Amino acid sequence: MKVSIYRFDPDADEKAHLQDVEVELPEGRDLMVLDVLELAKSRDPSIAYRRSCREGVCGSDGMNINGKNGLACITPVSEAARGGKLVLRPLPGLPVIRDLVVDMSAFFRQYERVKPYLINDAPPPAEERLQSPEDRAKLDGLYECILCACCSTSCPSFWWNPDKFVGPAGLLQAYRFLADSRDTATEERLADLEDPFSVFRCRGIMNCVNACPRGLNPTRAIGKIRSMLLTEAT
Amino acid sequence: MALVTNVTSFGRTGLSDFVLQRVTALVLGAYGLCIVGFFAVADVSHASLAAFLAGTAMRWFSTAAVVALGVHAWIGMWTVGTDYIRQHAFGAGLGGSAFGLRLIYQFGCVAAIVVYMAWSVTIIWGLA
Ligand code: SF4
Ligand code: SF4
Ligand code: FES
Repeated sequence: MKVSIYRFDPDADEKAHLQDVEVELPEGRDLMVLDVLELAKSRDPSIAYRRSCREGVCGSDGMNINGKNGLACITPVSEAARGGKLVLRPLPGLPVIRDLVVDMSAFFRQYERVKPYLINDAPPPAEERLQSPEDRAKLDGLYECILCACCSTSCPSFWWNPDKFVGPAGLLQAYRFLADSRDTATEERLADLEDPFSVFRCRGIMNCVNACPRGLNPTRAIGKIRSMLLTEAT
Repeated sequence: MALVTNVTSFGRTGLSDFVLQRVTALVLGAYGLCIVGFFAVADVSHASLAAFLAGTAMRWFSTAAVVALGVHAWIGMWTVGTDYIRQHAFGAGLGGSAFGLRLIYQFGCVAAIVVYMAWSVTIIWGLA
């Protein structure tokens, strides 16, 4: 099988290019895209990419696979390479450090900005802060995010304004804490989001939902934040 | 944050822009229905259309629609400008100033919108 891999070496190359690598696939067995990438690397050890868990948990091998963002380790080749060819590029919109490795600083700056931790200044109880099962259920579909950046790097609004628009991943986490019954900073959190960029740059085209390998729905969370902002203002 | 770009936004916040965008859309929708309704039920001629638009209530409604259109257009154009006229979209070109280009674009948009609004108002109220 032919695999085209985006190559860029900042020390040697002026411009990036696609390199075709021929790999032997085992008969009668479907591989994950990451396996194919490992095979390609055994041919050409200079290919650089991030990976760790190889089971969709760590979020480090997010990349653009035949035009769609996803985790290489849990994307079957049979599904990704329908036309018999695999094209691997780095996540779009972030500066490329080398080959498939991107600089995620802009992504994590936005994550930091939403204060992704519980804020509650009340003295902690002796054991733990309790939450009813109903309140806990509100966090389902929010806490599972692994910060792989597949969503934010498929979002045009994030491409255009990565410094001002929080992006789907950050906003999903913003809502995760807005929705948490134990968090007491709701007002401050909302005040930080009401400018024309942070939330309102979302145009609702749902690229993020389409990309998320965990099946999460940032667009719905963004809608909920908007409603909270509206309710808060009226 | 984002002071430079925020000062030119129409409302104070993204929230007010968002609400204004929707309210003005409602006004425009209602106005559109009203005009379509006229063409659907009235015996259409230049005279009947002129008479329909010359009623005082209709004149105010037309004025409201023009204002709504102006506000709606400005919020939309401002958003388009702050999305696409960005430094990184041009690379090293532009002598390093997407900001200047954006200001020129925004000025052009405001000028056009104001002129169209003023022009429409003189037509609606029959001012020379
Ligand atoms: S729905 Fe919003 S956050 Fe998701 S991709 Fe579209 S603009 Fe980005
Ligand atoms: S929401 Fe989904 S796509 Fe986005 S960072 Fe989290 S896990 Fe990845
Ligand atoms: S290697 Fe951990 S998510 Fe793919």
